[in-house]
Amino acid sequence: MSLKNYLPVLGFILLASCLQLLLSSIGLNFLLGPLTIASYYGVVLIGLSLLMGFTGQVSMGQAGFFGIGSYVQAVLVTLDLRPWRDSGFIGLLDKLGLLLTRKDIYGQEVLNLSPWVALALALGITALIAFILGLPVLRLKGHYLAMATLGFGIIIHSLVYSVKLFGLSDGISGVPEFSLIPGLAISSRLTERVSNFYLAIAVLIVVILLAINLVNSRIGRALRALHGNELAANSVGINTSRYKLYTFVISALLAALGGALLVHFNGMIGPSSIDVMKSVRLVALVAAGGMDSIWGVVYMGFILNFISLRQVFGSFDDIFFATILIILMLFLPHGLIRASYFVKLIQPLKNKLKIIKKDLRARLRLKQGQD
Amino acid sequence: MTGLELFFQYIVAGLTRGSIYAVIAIGFNIIYNATGIINFAQGEFVVLGALIGITFASFIPLPLAILLAVVLAALYGAIVEIVFIRYERRFSALRALGISVLIFAFLALAGFVPDQFLAFSLINWLILLLLVACALGLGLLIELVFNNYMKERNILRLIIITIGVSILTREAMDHVWGKEAYAFPFFSGNEVSSVSLGNIQFSPQLLWILGTLLLIVIALYAFFKFSLWGKAMRATSLDRQAARLCGINTRFLITLSFIISAGMGALAGIVTSPLTQTKYDMGAHLAINGFAVAILGGLGNSFAAALAGLYLGILEALSVAILPNAFKDIVAILILLGVLFIRPAGIFGSQKESALRDF
Repeated sequence: MSLKNYLPVLGFILLASCLQLLLSSIGLNFLLGPLTIASYYGVVLIGLSLLMGFTGQVSMGQAGFFGIGSYVQAVLVTLDLRPWRDSGFIGLLDKLGLLLTRKDIYGQEVLNLSPWVALALALGITALIAFILGLPVLRLKGHYLAMATLGFGIIIHSLVYSVKLFGLSDGISGVPEFSLIPGLAISSRLTERVSNFYLAIAVLIVVILLAINLVNSRIGRALRALHGNELAANSVGINTSRYKLYTFVISALLAALGGALLVHFNGMIGPSSIDVMKSVRLVALVAAGGMDSIWGVVYMGFILNFISLRQVFGSFDDIFFATILIILMLFLPHGLIRASYFVKLIQPLKNKLKIIKKDLRARLRLKQGQD
Repeated sequence: MTGLELFFQYIVAGLTRGSIYAVIAIGFNIIYNATGIINFAQGEFVVLGALIGITFASFIPLPLAILLAVVLAALYGAIVEIVFIRYERRFSALRALGISVLIFAFLALAGFVPDQFLAFSLINWLILLLLVACALGLGLLIELVFNNYMKERNILRLIIITIGVSILTREAMDHVWGKEAYAFPFFSGNEVSSVSLGNIQFSPQLLWILGTLLLIVIALYAFFKFSLWGKAMRATSLDRQAARLCGINTRFLITLSFIISAGMGALAGIVTSPLTQTKYDMGAHLAINGFAVAILGGLGNSFAAALAGLYLGILEALSVAILPNAFKDIVAILILLGVLFIRPAGIFGSQKESALRDF
């Protein structure tokens, strides 16, 4: 692992802070909102990119995992636990300090689960479901796998729509803030846009670092081998089904993480944000980013999500998205933003430098010979 | 009404939905056999055909309107294939023409074409002529400049392209027809007329729907079994390289597969429109259900798809009778997942063959 892999991270941090300073200084702080949402979606996209780009498996149910994360989180942190305060289990949680007392919008005092516990539970549930689903589903291939995961997404969407606990078609609103340390919280308050932006970027960067490390590790190489040829990978001793399952669970976890944190930022979640077309859109975004290029997926996700969240093109928004998608697939199937393209740009310069060096060396030798 | 009659009533409703799923799934299969991709714009072909048909039906006789709509939808399918799917790195006049048509459609959507150009005013015709010339020139220019930059794409990326095409088509239909639901006029009778079979009542349109499905299946069977092009298409789906070596123009056959499935989808869309109505954004749901049906039957097998489509439609209708409406999709999907876990290549699909394919 060389320093070279971490340089883009520095660049990303620099870019993000420059963007924030620029937007804040010209009074466009409200634009940080969509950027924050886009960076939580970035977490989801990285998960899908690991699955699609490195193991070559397509999951069209990613919005389902996103939904599990955000809905479990939203339900757990809004459920009023006062009626059960005296029961043993809740009492124990209270003693352990895992419960929060706060005032709801009507000024009434309510007792909720701490967001940290909720997050742990949401991620745990997602991992369990992904594991149980992955065991049979990952035996399928290609279109069959796509259909099975699509079906999973449909089931989650319908469940959310029809179970009263999940708020039916209204969804869940009034999700409280997620206070990480005193003074720093993921919240929907307009006054905390800047700190929220940096929080989201920080989460994204941690996930990017984890993903880069994973990709460059032994596991990453195994995944690439699997992508190239499953049979061959199996024959050199890679347990392909296990690696596929692990990556599936990791990508589901990242989708759930993005969803669970985003629900605190938005303050609400509705069934329309986890429908099947959202899954298709996520797959399309990862493809637009070049699938196996994590930075490409991150940047492309930022650009396209920001444009659609801000509705820059109004009613021509989806047309713009589709056109970009098609153009990228036709002319740049490996993504617009990719390190190798920059390398290609620099290559002629490098070559010239090499020639000059050679020339200098030859002249030096000539001089030495004369002496 | 007794329980048994109610049961048959639900079956009848299920057959209506099932027929359109079946036709979409057959469309998926035809394109899958030719190219190996799933065409996500298939649902949009259905909706586009129905909407064009509805527009024409208001001023020309029904049979002519149906014919025109099917031909136009098939043409659209051909353009989609030629412009977006075909991989050709040389200059292609056909593709230039296709790009021009799409550009002209975009100009028309953006409001450049005068609304009353049928009014025979000279200036309107001149503007139209200018726009056509513009579109042709631009199409030619784009083709000339960019044909060499096209990159070879794998199946996944081709599918992403069809997703893009489906979004484009849907949005274009939104701009032209708006968000209302339309219905094609009933072929015979009207909303209230009904045919009774014993104690079961149903609309005569259902007979038209089932008849059309049967016609499509028989016509396709005859086409693939007896015609030269049909045989060539089967050869192509078995082994494209070998088919090309035998002198089969595989490139044209892929276009033909898009033409057939778009035209067929349009026909199905028109036939079911009187009962189910047509809205610009119905395509995605139709495509997903059609995809489920195609997978359930086993990809590539059109006759299994027809059966699976009717089966899924009936199942959906019956589950509405017992469970809340929101679970309508779940039952069918759960059964699909169950089938896939036991037979990973669909009910009728060959397990060995699918194990050898990547997609």
